[in-house]
Amino acid sequence: MARAAKVLLNVPEIKKDFPILQRTMRDKPLTYLDSAATSQKPKQVIDAIVDYYSRYNANVHRAIYELGEESTREYEGARERIAEFIHAKLPTEIAFTKSTTESLNLIAYGWGLKGKLKQGDEILGTVMEHHSNHVPWHFVRDMKGATLKYVDVDDEGYLRMEQYDDLITKRTKVVTVAHVSNVLGTINDVKEIAKRAHEVGAICVVDAAQSVPHMPVNVQDLDCDFLAFSGHKMLGPTGIGILYGREKILEETEPLLGGGEMIREVHLGTAKWNDVPYKFEGGTPNIEGAIGLGAAVDYLSKIGMGSVRAHEMELTAYAMQKLAKMEGVRVYGPEDVTKRGGVVSFTMDKAHPHDIASILDVEGVCIRSGHHCAQPLMERFNLSATARASFYVYNDVEDVDRLVAALEKVHEVFA
Amino acid sequence: MAGPYALYQAQILEHYKHPRNRGHLDLATHTASESNPLCGDAISLTLRVDGSERIEDVRFDGEGCAISMASASILTEQVKGKTLAEVRALDRETVLKNVGVPLSAVREQCALLSLHALRRALGATKES
Repeated sequence: MARAAKVLLNVPEIKKDFPILQRTMRDKPLTYLDSAATSQKPKQVIDAIVDYYSRYNANVHRAIYELGEESTREYEGARERIAEFIHAKLPTEIAFTKSTTESLNLIAYGWGLKGKLKQGDEILGTVMEHHSNHVPWHFVRDMKGATLKYVDVDDEGYLRMEQYDDLITKRTKVVTVAHVSNVLGTINDVKEIAKRAHEVGAICVVDAAQSVPHMPVNVQDLDCDFLAFSGHKMLGPTGIGILYGREKILEETEPLLGGGEMIREVHLGTAKWNDVPYKFEGGTPNIEGAIGLGAAVDYLSKIGMGSVRAHEMELTAYAMQKLAKMEGVRVYGPEDVTKRGGVVSFTMDKAHPHDIASILDVEGVCIRSGHHCAQPLMERFNLSATARASFYVYNDVEDVDRLVAALEKVHEVFA
Repeated sequence: MAGPYALYQAQILEHYKHPRNRGHLDLATHTASESNPLCGDAISLTLRVDGSERIEDVRFDGEGCAISMASASILTEQVKGKTLAEVRALDRETVLKNVGVPLSAVREQCALLSLHALRRALGATKES
């Protein structure tokens, strides 16, 4: 690892920021390798939430008193920093939701179902999507008679880009894709896909749940129309998600929730919507979640997303190299680490992924096993389940070594 | 095997590596499949019940973790030769006890998959 000193983050220092990483599991160090499912939280994020409740808890936007002005300032400040983080043109292009799932549903419902789509219109996805970017489009098909199409992957886990030539037609209205696969780690060429979508007047919807936490993302450069991600996968709290939408597209999108906050005026039987993004934020929002996510964005920005990406690339290369040497282990997804994120799915000849995860648990190593909410992709690879290790800023080479040592135990048990 | 790997004690591994009654009965009177949507474990059971309501033969097939496959193997051994009344009386506690290792709530579902399949199979005959 000659390059390691240059690109790896100072993980021992970073670990100090994460209270949970100080604990042990059965007297062994906690080796957390499931950040693709949810990340751990630094004390800066935890403190920001505690600080909100301890010092300036008040509902946002309409309070006349100082306390409410403070909470509104922090809530809107978080929105501004999140907008900057993904290089949105305007803070008003950022709507708070509860999750990536809600954001994608809002797009399918508010732009697709209630808005622009008609019978016979085509929605083009891929086989590598998470269930949350499949099922909302099923709803649209069922209600509107739209047609669903899917781009396949090759055996290494790359999207078969040439299929866009045939699958995008004059009837295509939505082209949707995961920026990074949560199973294979593949980084998809969203910029090219958005360009192809725009050539026929379709919009490009990006599931960025696995990219925004782990690499620099610039929505203007990608030129996508919608982009969705979650707070809890990027050091923030659960229950907060982001919907980014190009201003004009948000204007033509209908709200998912009706209620307070999202209206300009209400009369008996009629209402006018508030401006974007507030029309998407019906009800008292998740104020602590937004503030916590703002603190998470600050934390990541301080490290620098380029450095986060370089660190994870190095760890992924190291892990893939180690796993490749293990007998009976098969790793999925692109071999080229410059084209994949920090997600490593694998199987072992003699042990089922659940059994791998159970034995690793005994060793204090947390990984995920199962279909990872991507059953169509698992079917594509004829798999019922894989084991998956995923990395973040608080993981280092020693965590990978502990993973490998624990996998040796699996070998012993199932030999 | 004692200690931390109690989950993978000899009996489980032995049944997992050398499953009993694995396969498919051609002349089955009762069949059912079960899967666990959370983890993708899947089991199919085929049984042949004779005129005196006794389980003459049974096979299981499927894909899953050591716990689900070993539990299915143990269950088929246990029900072969039993009457339907005896088999219907089998409850989850008995099945978990027969598996013989401490299980978390998530892994209990793996162990019980074959029991769910068995109940479904006996709920309706193929002809009905």
